[in-house]
Amino acid sequence: MIKAEQKPFEEILEYLAPYNKILLSGCGACVTVCHAGGEKDGALLASALRMARQKIGKPLEIIESTPARQCEPEFAQELADTVGQVQAVLSVSCGVGVQTLARNFPATQIFPGVNTLFMGETVAHGVWEERCQACGDCILEKTAGICPIARCAKQLLNGPCGGSSNGKCEIKRETDCAWQLIFDRSKALGQLHRLTEIIPAKQWGVQSRDSGPRRIVREDLKV
Amino acid sequence: MKSGSNLEKVFVNGHFAVTSELGPPKGNDVSVIKRKVDFLRGYVDAVNVTDNQTAIVRMSSIATSAIAVQMGIEPIMQMVTRDRNRIAMQSDLFGATALGIKNIICLTGDHHTFGNQVNAKNVHDLDSIQLINMVKTMRDEKTLMGGEEKIEGDIDMFIGGAANPFADPFEFRALRTAKKAAAGVDFIQTQCIYDMERFKEWMKMIRDLGVHEKIHIMAGITPLKSAGMARYMAKNVAGITIPDALIDRMAKAAKGSDEGIKICIEQIQEVKEIEGVHGVHIMAIEWEHMIGKITEMAGLLPRPKVE
Ligand code: SF4
Ligand code: SF4
Repeated sequence: MIKAEQKPFEEILEYLAPYNKILLSGCGACVTVCHAGGEKDGALLASALRMARQKIGKPLEIIESTPARQCEPEFAQELADTVGQVQAVLSVSCGVGVQTLARNFPATQIFPGVNTLFMGETVAHGVWEERCQACGDCILEKTAGICPIARCAKQLLNGPCGGSSNGKCEIKRETDCAWQLIFDRSKALGQLHRLTEIIPAKQWGVQSRDSGPRRIVREDLKV
Repeated sequence: MKSGSNLEKVFVNGHFAVTSELGPPKGNDVSVIKRKVDFLRGYVDAVNVTDNQTAIVRMSSIATSAIAVQMGIEPIMQMVTRDRNRIAMQSDLFGATALGIKNIICLTGDHHTFGNQVNAKNVHDLDSIQLINMVKTMRDEKTLMGGEEKIEGDIDMFIGGAANPFADPFEFRALRTAKKAAAGVDFIQTQCIYDMERFKEWMKMIRDLGVHEKIHIMAGITPLKSAGMARYMAKNVAGITIPDALIDRMAKAAKGSDEGIKICIEQIQEVKEIEGVHGVHIMAIEWEHMIGKITEMAGLLPRPKVE
């Protein structure tokens, strides 16, 4: 899922300084799971903002709302009436949700309340790690189900660099070396021979972000 | 002959090759290059010109290599995939070969966060193995990457790569070198060797895979200057292991730098005896003036004149 983290409180206060009535819109999906901006975390942020503005004598009225998934237009549309009543929106969903609101409410200023970080996995309670960079041409079948594009600091496709040491990456020593993980798992699966094949250069220009924003069209699902 | 470089001829004629390093200036001061070239000329077969080593901005490897050619010493141009995509690298290869550069070492490069431009956007379009293969395709197929377009001229490069027998996972290290051989590398320089036992074990794996018969392996040697340097490297440089016995020996010596040179010479003599090792790469970082003394004491002079 998409992982995000709340922006620094002072930064959010600064965006909202000119306004006295806003909508704080959360999202019930990914950001709820990583506690960056669901209903509960949105409510906490709203009360902190109210208090901070009360203190400086410029009270801020905040309407709170949390659509199930802010990135779907039909859920975003549920906010239409409320958006009409406020001067600006603070969206605590990922960057996709922010843009869905911006597209649906062209006349309203929408501010991001979180920094969207990565697509990741919950590895322990309160710990999330990056797993995929949506390269568009998955090679996990060649790398024992562990992604070197997202998890190796140098995006090496043919084995570990010379800095891999004791299972850790030389760039961030608290991070596992992706290639150590790939090696260990390949070995355990009896698949080491797969790692002797040269993985050719990726065709970044075909399916990745390097060809511009991507789009999926499923004719069969269109109405 | 693949490139006709001096280094290639030294290998082809069965000599034990000697290379060292030349770090470009952090600016455009050509006198820095000249000073280093003067220390090295006549003592080595070729010099590695580093490509923004440790991700610190320096004069480009191509420009420095071209200047080295003019100064009468053979460069081995390093090229890292960190900063350029395949368009820039192929274009640079055209330029480099036109400027008389005949050897290349293909590397991924040190991560940009280690250098002085930590907020840079890195590239990593290719990894080092894919770069090796790209250069080989340009040389042997005379086409650009992708195999379609013909190149105007010849990309005669002797292709090198690096190997670190001391990084993990150890079992994969020889396999990775075998992959480089399969991708088209002609020679390999290793990371500096302090743990001789592990190096020998790695060489055995290399021989078991038959890799030593396909490519030339050069053992990396870096003279220690002091026990402090040894301790620092052992602790802080990922992928370098230094046995305690060696650190002790440095610490007990009357003069660390003399002992460092002594150890370095012993190491050169030791690797010379290992089957499959065809040369040494002496990385005397900012100690270039010692190369003459080291090569002389190790019995590596005079360097062969090859045609
Ligand atoms: S290979 Fe590409 S699609 Fe597959 S996990 Fe890695 S980044 Fe994601
Ligand atoms: S240590 Fe491992 S994860 Fe880190 S850059 Fe090197 S190969 Fe990639």
